Amino acid sequence: MSPVNDNYGKKGLVSARHRIAMAKLALKTSDWIRVDPWESEQETWTETVKVLRHHYNESLRLLQSKKEFMENKHPHERSTRDSLSCQHPVLPELKLLCGADFLQTFKTPNLWKEEDIKEIVEKFGLVCISRAGSDPSQYIKESDLLTQFQHNIFLVKEWIQNEISATRIRSALRRGLSVKYLLPDSVIAYIAQHNIYTEESERRNEGDLLQPLKLQNPAGTPPRD
Amino acid sequence: MESRIPVILLACGSFNPITNMHMRLFELARDHLHQTGRYRVIEGIMSPVNDNYGKKGLVSARHRIAMAKLALKTSDWIRVDPWESEQETWTETVKVLRHHYNESLRLLQSKKEFMENKHPHERSTRDSLSCQHPVLPELKLLCGADFLQTFKTPNLWKEEDIKEIVEKFGLVCISRAGSDPSQYIKESDLLTQFQHNIFLVKEWIQNEISATRIRSALRRGLSVKYLLPDSVIAYIAQHNIYTEESERRNEGDLLQPLKLQNPAGTPPRD
Repeated sequence: MSPVNDNYGKKGLVSARHRIAMAKLALKTSDWIRVDPWESEQETWTETVKVLRHHYNESLRLLQSKKEFMENKHPHERSTRDSLSCQHPVLPELKLLCGADFLQTFKTPNLWKEEDIKEIVEKFGLVCISRAGSDPSQYIKESDLLTQFQHNIFLVKEWIQNEISATRIRSALRRGLSVKYLLPDSVIAYIAQHNIYTEESERRNEGDLLQPLKLQNPAGTPPRD
Repeated sequence: MESRIPVILLACGSFNPITNMHMRLFELARDHLHQTGRYRVIEGIMSPVNDNYGKKGLVSARHRIAMAKLALKTSDWIRVDPWESEQETWTETVKVLRHHYNESLRLLQSKKEFMENKHPHERSTRDSLSCQHPVLPELKLLCGADFLQTFKTPNLWKEEDIKEIVEKFGLVCISRAGSDPSQYIKESDLLTQFQHNIFLVKEWIQNEISATRIRSALRRGLSVKYLLPDSVIAYIAQHNIYTEESERRNEGDLLQPLKLQNPAGTPPRD
């Protein structure tokens, strides 16, 4: 889980410090999902494709150190046990996990660079979760680029309806309404303790352009969202 | 909050298994009633249905109660009550309401006697009004919008039971954004007459976790993490509760209320 940099400029975005802390609390009970602060610690907003490259390189680095560790530890056993996996480890693939609305954003003018989209779907791949009733395959058909790499785009139907909008959660919190059973208790407690979501926090970045839009179109376009 | 009417919310259902959505219904109902300015919700009661209800895939009440207890550990106002499931057979909803209402009165009466015995001299000064004339709590049935619809199912409800539920107790009915339960009220003279006692609450943070789909996911070995509390997921795994076999339970059977009203037999519901 890679929370976006504060400089993304989205309305209502609170400090990455809090967003990382909340994600850590929420993921405590998961034995395979973790939150990574790299993207949020960069000097400014980083393109998604760069985040993918970073984590892919990190996974290769880790694989390499493990390989060297195994080689140093069992120099004689190498040819017998696990020889194949030691000498020719299967390289992991890094895929971008997203919602169906993410696919749609590829069409937003000036939001994405064409070559970035290509790299994402060609070199990495997408796992795209959509609501029952919506059909993201249509976005793929409408795009030559996505159609070309459709074998690397995995469409997953979310058939147990569970659409918890973060925007509505923040709204409920501001109004003092309960969000119990929608967020982990530990996150609810953290939010209350630090009084994170308020009228003021929701006004943050109001009227501002999202950072990617600023970069591609310095002349300025109407704000998204 | 001084002059507000105390309310107890009662939810009847299979809870097979209990999900985050079930618990969410209570939170939504409480917020809604508080926002009217007229009520103060003092308790939430979850009442799992008796095994004899005869619904397809219904597992033993022993498990359903245990799972609900685990799920409600972190709630300071909602509890699960086994009375309905412990009866000899399936009990009409209105009888469950009467039971819990009488229980709340009994409790109030014992508290009153306790206070009177404890502070015989202070009675006329402190809390005299509340001791002598305690505000009686109201017990309301918490349900989903589909519940209102079931009033129309032939032979499922007795007319006088529906009347007692909406007149003497009241309904708090949670519906999905996009659906309009007020239409069911308009279509029924009885419900229209007592519409002031039917509270419609919109669930605007979409969270429809179907227990049927949860059971299906479990049988297929798919993850239900974040849809049910971890403690409930662990319990289910430990006792291997939901299987192909458990889902076939009561298959083809008539629901108990339908058996009672129409012994000749009608096509099974669900």
